[in-house]
Amino acid sequence: MSHPPDGRSTSGTQRIEVTLESLLDSVGLAEEMCTRIAGVAGFDDDDCFKIGMSVREGVINAYNYGSRKQREKKIFLTFELTPEKLVIYIRDQGRGFRLEDVPDPLADENLLKSSGRGIFLMRSFMDEFNVLRPSDGGAEIVMAKRLRPGAGSETQSGAESRPRAS
Amino acid sequence: MKFRATPRIVGDVLILDLSGSLKLGEGSDVFRNSIRKFLDEGRRRILLNLAAVEHLDSSGIGELVSDYSTARREGGEIKLLKLSRAVDNALLATKLYTLFDIHNDEAEAVASFR
Repeated sequence: MSHPPDGRSTSGTQRIEVTLESLLDSVGLAEEMCTRIAGVAGFDDDDCFKIGMSVREGVINAYNYGSRKQREKKIFLTFELTPEKLVIYIRDQGRGFRLEDVPDPLADENLLKSSGRGIFLMRSFMDEFNVLRPSDGGAEIVMAKRLRPGAGSETQSGAESRPRAS
Repeated sequence: MKFRATPRIVGDVLILDLSGSLKLGEGSDVFRNSIRKFLDEGRRRILLNLAAVEHLDSSGIGELVSDYSTARREGGEIKLLKLSRAVDNALLATKLYTLFDIHNDEAEAVASFR
C-alpha cells in the first residue's frame, strides 16, 4: 500500500489489528475500541451501538467457546475500513464451529434458554455475517456494516462528516 | 456504570428499579441473586423498571429470560416497565418482545398483575 507525502493510504482501506488475551476484561475493551473506531469511521450513534455490541458478542463467543477461558489462547481482532464499509474479523484458537450447527434461538424449545443469542444478535445488527474455519484452526467470524451514503471518516475526508443520529 | 437493583413495594407488587449495565461479568450475578432473594421471600409479582439500564448484552438478555422462567415455575410473574433504548434494541433483535409483558406506565403495569 503506497503512501503519498501526507500519509494517507491510496487504496482507501485502513486496517487495525489487535491481539487480545482470553480474559473477561478483553470483552469490554474490544467493545469500547470498536465503538470508537466506528464513530471515527462516520457511523451514527445507533450503528456504533450495534457494531460495538456485535463485536462484544463475537469476543464473548471466542472467549467462552473458542478459548474456553484459557488465558494463553489469543483472540485476534481486525478492523478493516473501506470507503464502503467496516469489516470486522474475530478469530479464536479453538476447535472451530459451523454456523449451521448453532441452535436457532427462536425455536420453541430454545426461546426460554438463558444462552445462545450472541450469533443471532450479530446477524441482526450487522449487514453481513459469516463464520469461517481458517486452515490453521479455530473459528473466524467475519461481519460488516455498510457506511450510509454521505458518511465518511475524519481521516478519509479531512473533515468531520458524521451523519445525524437516526 | 455499576449495576444496581433498588426495590420498592407498590401494593403487592415488588418494583425493582434497575440501572447500569447488565452484561457478562457486569451485573448479571447481582441481578440473578436479587431475583432469587425476593422469590425466596415469597414475592410473586415482580416488575422490572428498565428505564435506566444503559447496556445489555446476550448474557443480560439470558438473565432476564432465565429469571422470567424461574418466576413462572414458582408461580410468579415478572413484567417489564419502560425499556431503555439498549434493552429495546436487544429485545427487538432477539425477537423476545412477544415473550414479555411490557408496559410504559407504572400504574398500568402494577394494575395488570392478576
